[in-house]
Amino acid sequence: MDLVVIVSVIISVCAASTPLLLAATGELVVERSGVLNLGVEGMMIIGAVTGFAMAQVTGNPYLGALAAIAAGAFFSLLFAFLTLSLATNQVATGLALTILGLGLSGMIGEGFVGQPGIKMEAVNIPFLTDIPVVGKLLFGQDVIFYSSLILVAAVSWFLFRTRAGLMLRSVGDNPQSAHALGIPVIRTRYLAVLFGGACSGLAGAHLSLVYVPQWVEGMTAGRGWIALALVVFASWRPARVLVGAYLFGAVTIAQFHAQALGIPIPAQFLTSLPYLATIFVLVLIARNRRMTLINTPASLSQPFVPDR
Amino acid sequence: MTNSTKNTGSELLTVTGITKIFGTLKANDNVDLDVNTGEIHALLGENGAGKSTLVKMLFGSLQPTSGSIQWRGSTVTIGSPSAARILGIGMVFQHFSLFDALTVSENIALSLGESVDMNDLAQKTRSVSQEYGLPLDPGALVGDLSVGERQRIEIVRCLLQDPALIILDEPTSVLTPQEADKLFETLERLRDEGRSILYISHRLEEVKRLCSRATILRHGKVVGACDPRKETAASLASKMVGADIDIVHRDNAGNTGEVLLALNSLSMPAATPFAMALKNISLDLRAGEVVGIAGVAGNGQSELFDAISGEATQNNPDDVVINGQSAGLLDISERRNLGAAFIPEERLGHGAVPDFTLSENLLLARHQSDKDRFLKLGKIALINRAAVKILARKIVEDMDVRKSGEDPDASALSGGNLQKFIVGRELDRNPDVMVVNQPTWGVDAGAAARIRQALIDLATSGSAVMVISQDLDEIFEISDRIAVISDGGLSAPAPAKEMTRENIGMLMGATHQATSDGSASAAGNEEARP
Amino acid sequence: MTLFLEKRANYSRLFSALSPFLALGLTLVFGTIMFTVLGQNPAEALYIYFVLPLTDAYLIEQIVLKATPLILIAIGLSVCFRSGNWNIGAEGQYLIGGMIGSLIPVYFNDFQSPIVLPLMMVMGMLGGAMYAAVPAILKSRFGTNEILTSLMLVYVAQQFVDWLVRTPWRDPQGMGFPGTKRFNESAVLPDLLTNGEAHWGTVFAVVAAIGTWFMLSKTMKGFEVTVLGECPRAGRFAGFDAKKMTIFAFLFSGALAGLAGIAEVSGSVEKLDDNLSLGYGFTAIIVAFLGRLNPLGILAAGLILALSYIGGEEAQIVLQISNRATNVFQGLLLFFVLATDTLIHYRIRLEFGSSVKGAS
Repeated sequence: MDLVVIVSVIISVCAASTPLLLAATGELVVERSGVLNLGVEGMMIIGAVTGFAMAQVTGNPYLGALAAIAAGAFFSLLFAFLTLSLATNQVATGLALTILGLGLSGMIGEGFVGQPGIKMEAVNIPFLTDIPVVGKLLFGQDVIFYSSLILVAAVSWFLFRTRAGLMLRSVGDNPQSAHALGIPVIRTRYLAVLFGGACSGLAGAHLSLVYVPQWVEGMTAGRGWIALALVVFASWRPARVLVGAYLFGAVTIAQFHAQALGIPIPAQFLTSLPYLATIFVLVLIARNRRMTLINTPASLSQPFVPDR
Repeated sequence: MTNSTKNTGSELLTVTGITKIFGTLKANDNVDLDVNTGEIHALLGENGAGKSTLVKMLFGSLQPTSGSIQWRGSTVTIGSPSAARILGIGMVFQHFSLFDALTVSENIALSLGESVDMNDLAQKTRSVSQEYGLPLDPGALVGDLSVGERQRIEIVRCLLQDPALIILDEPTSVLTPQEADKLFETLERLRDEGRSILYISHRLEEVKRLCSRATILRHGKVVGACDPRKETAASLASKMVGADIDIVHRDNAGNTGEVLLALNSLSMPAATPFAMALKNISLDLRAGEVVGIAGVAGNGQSELFDAISGEATQNNPDDVVINGQSAGLLDISERRNLGAAFIPEERLGHGAVPDFTLSENLLLARHQSDKDRFLKLGKIALINRAAVKILARKIVEDMDVRKSGEDPDASALSGGNLQKFIVGRELDRNPDVMVVNQPTWGVDAGAAARIRQALIDLATSGSAVMVISQDLDEIFEISDRIAVISDGGLSAPAPAKEMTRENIGMLMGATHQATSDGSASAAGNEEARP
Repeated sequence: MTLFLEKRANYSRLFSALSPFLALGLTLVFGTIMFTVLGQNPAEALYIYFVLPLTDAYLIEQIVLKATPLILIAIGLSVCFRSGNWNIGAEGQYLIGGMIGSLIPVYFNDFQSPIVLPLMMVMGMLGGAMYAAVPAILKSRFGTNEILTSLMLVYVAQQFVDWLVRTPWRDPQGMGFPGTKRFNESAVLPDLLTNGEAHWGTVFAVVAAIGTWFMLSKTMKGFEVTVLGECPRAGRFAGFDAKKMTIFAFLFSGALAGLAGIAEVSGSVEKLDDNLSLGYGFTAIIVAFLGRLNPLGILAAGLILALSYIGGEEAQIVLQISNRATNVFQGLLLFFVLATDTLIHYRIRLEFGSSVKGAS
């Protein structure tokens, strides 16, 4: 395989990994605050359809991405209101968000099915992008890709280097104590959920504006769920989410290439690969119980009702 | 630093007519309180009297329904804990407001209300903790620390804000007697610096020793004020409770029979990262005696309870022997069928399901021991609800459980009444062996006395009773023999008459781990047993 | 304005019974708004959605047919959810049940015997149960999150069945369409009525509802299910084994989902094709919650959700409203059910003009 092929494979791995990375990083912040939002898949597909629709209407994929961020955040507000203000069961409410998101996106997107999409083009920086081999890799990808990397670094810095990040982690560890110290538990969790929604929205936009780029009903195809698994896999650490997302991206691309190369395995089996890999990874992580127990935010998925 | 003389200090805090209503419950009813500069003021009251509610309002965690608070002579609204901190009010919580997954420095930083440089903070922490004799490692993870160390964090982070008033909620309930003495020295020093301390406790001896004034709460109302130094413990108690409490009687002490529960070199690994491992625990519990297990919280009490009850089973059948039968491999139902009964520490969520009715909670613990009575149709196991309800009614009558409605949810009962029901649920079986963890934790004085008497009566009738308790007064009140649990190990039990607070305190601080040089543990484990 | 919750001393039996109706009411209110925004006459649209199908015998039978798999799956889920086991992979168990149940008619297409149908049903249940056993065993042995594993297995099952009906099991005379050969008569579940569409699967659903209701509310097993779901620590104190319960609950719901799958294949489609996965396994989650995890409530809830499907089809024909609106309705219904459930344990209070800090 020559260098050009390798570079193009790596770039396709980046493209496959970016939505996973975005959604998982957002969910990591949500879970660090003690909230389990199983609605990632739903928020992602809302982002995908909104981003696509906005890009079609305005002709501008960047406006599409912004709309997707806003839509994801707005949609997550529904989950936040139920689980935080009404203290509903987080697992069931997250499922509801996913079910509603899939239904709603189908309705919104019905008119867009089959339309050719507007692709968010890769950036092109004179000279830099033209550097052989690494130029395209480092300076020739789309804006959302760069955002995803900046996001991981920013989240890592925020969680472990800022006071607000410390407050967020304290809320996830022990909301009762945080409340007693005057840290606004519910407000912190609202903001975390909104941030997670925005990230999922952008992840969806990457699918419908960069990766595919088209609107296909149910196009997230379980990526939101894989993102949830990645957070567990990463034991709630941003850098490990990065590693996990790229591993999964690689598995996805490997499966495409295997199909293209005509390897005599039915396509359906190859398509199943990322899902089976997710199960495998979850089992692997769960076997190390001690590590999981230490890293899991202690109040994860426990409703909190402050007394006043 | 002023050396204050009592009652000559100016008024620092004045609370007038404060009322707090939760739903239909008046937790505080028109409460008045004043605290002077440079005094240690006691807030007395039994469980549920409304002490914690009152101080949470002073610290801004709760908002009063009505009434006013004056601070240094002017009326203030304390809208949040940070507002309280700005005024100069600090608080040390009873159930610490700490974060297990964070470091000591991070825990302290969270309470300071503004951004701080972490290195600077670690430095300050070190100097304050040295100055007041409260050693702390700023980088340690709180989850790994002992209860005493956790309290130090609370106090240090309170002192870092240079407060004029420090509120301490039941600070000694988690300390060994020696640690408590050190705390008193620290508090006296703080008072001498001109700070005021609002000291909440139901331990009368320490209030007499420490405080110059006391305000007494009962059922949410102020029922009196006094100088505790001029009172006796008994007179304070009757003011607190408002009625005479029956004294617990023990008649047949020393009249013991065969071994009904034996623990033979019982060891268990820690189940979770923050749990305690049990180390080589041996004990014989005989018919007719009450053995008290003293110890500071978090030293393996709940792990020991789970190991004996069979919620955690052993690998070796002889580790636990009940009524002469090896029970190490048996689950809790099978151990119950051997004649054992168990009462866990936590009422709601362990001993009872909150949203279940009393009769359903009866079935919870008795479905196997009373299979013939409660279940029908063999394998189908149809529940005979009528039979369960009849027995529940009997237990309610036997134990004088106060409730509203015919068969209310467990969560609708007060702590004392639910505990009476849970104790009655087991007593009704006439068990040969009874193991209880913290029998009167958070229970009002009347219910506590009744529960203690019932446990003694059970022993008198020929059963063996083990009481695990953090409350030393309780341990002394009911035990024939006393052992101390510390760091997952158990000291050799000794007759209660030979034990003092001081030597129990020594054993509480002891480490039972066999050290590398092979020296026996300070508490003298019965390691030579076969 | 601040909203806050106040815990009730006893949980409210009144709101426990009322909350599904409140949720339905709120969904209708929202539907009115939605149809108005879409430029429809809301009264007419809601009539077509929720009343018209009930005026026509054929449509009623369609509703019953549609409700059958939803009810069967949801009953199994009710046992899972009550015991604190989040099986959200019922769709996969339904597919595998349909596939394993089809083994006999696919490989022995000419075999005719009264034993065939019972065997198919049993094999369908076994298939669903086996597929559900995977997340259950992973959870009880390794502590793996069952939500994610059971869901991942849905995608795997979809791909696998898709491969089967397109490759090894494809009917050579099927003109290239994916799907097996049509089953012979003795492998087809009989109709419920002489000329109708509804089949014996409906009888299974009713029997399962009554049997499961009896188990949950009258027997020790049901008590165990509820205790472990509400309060695992108290369950351990009672001597119940949470790991065994995980296996039991997953096998039980897997078997019912498998039965729903094979009943659908054998009674409705009469062959295995690529159209079996219609999302019933997910809609059944809504049915289970709307029925308050009570099998008898689920009977009613299944019919209501089925009504929304059929009503949606009618609305599409009559008013050209996208049938995607049905999915939105169903999703919202679940939201409202969960929201109104809060009233069972809490009173909701609103405070105006307060300076107390809190979120929105």
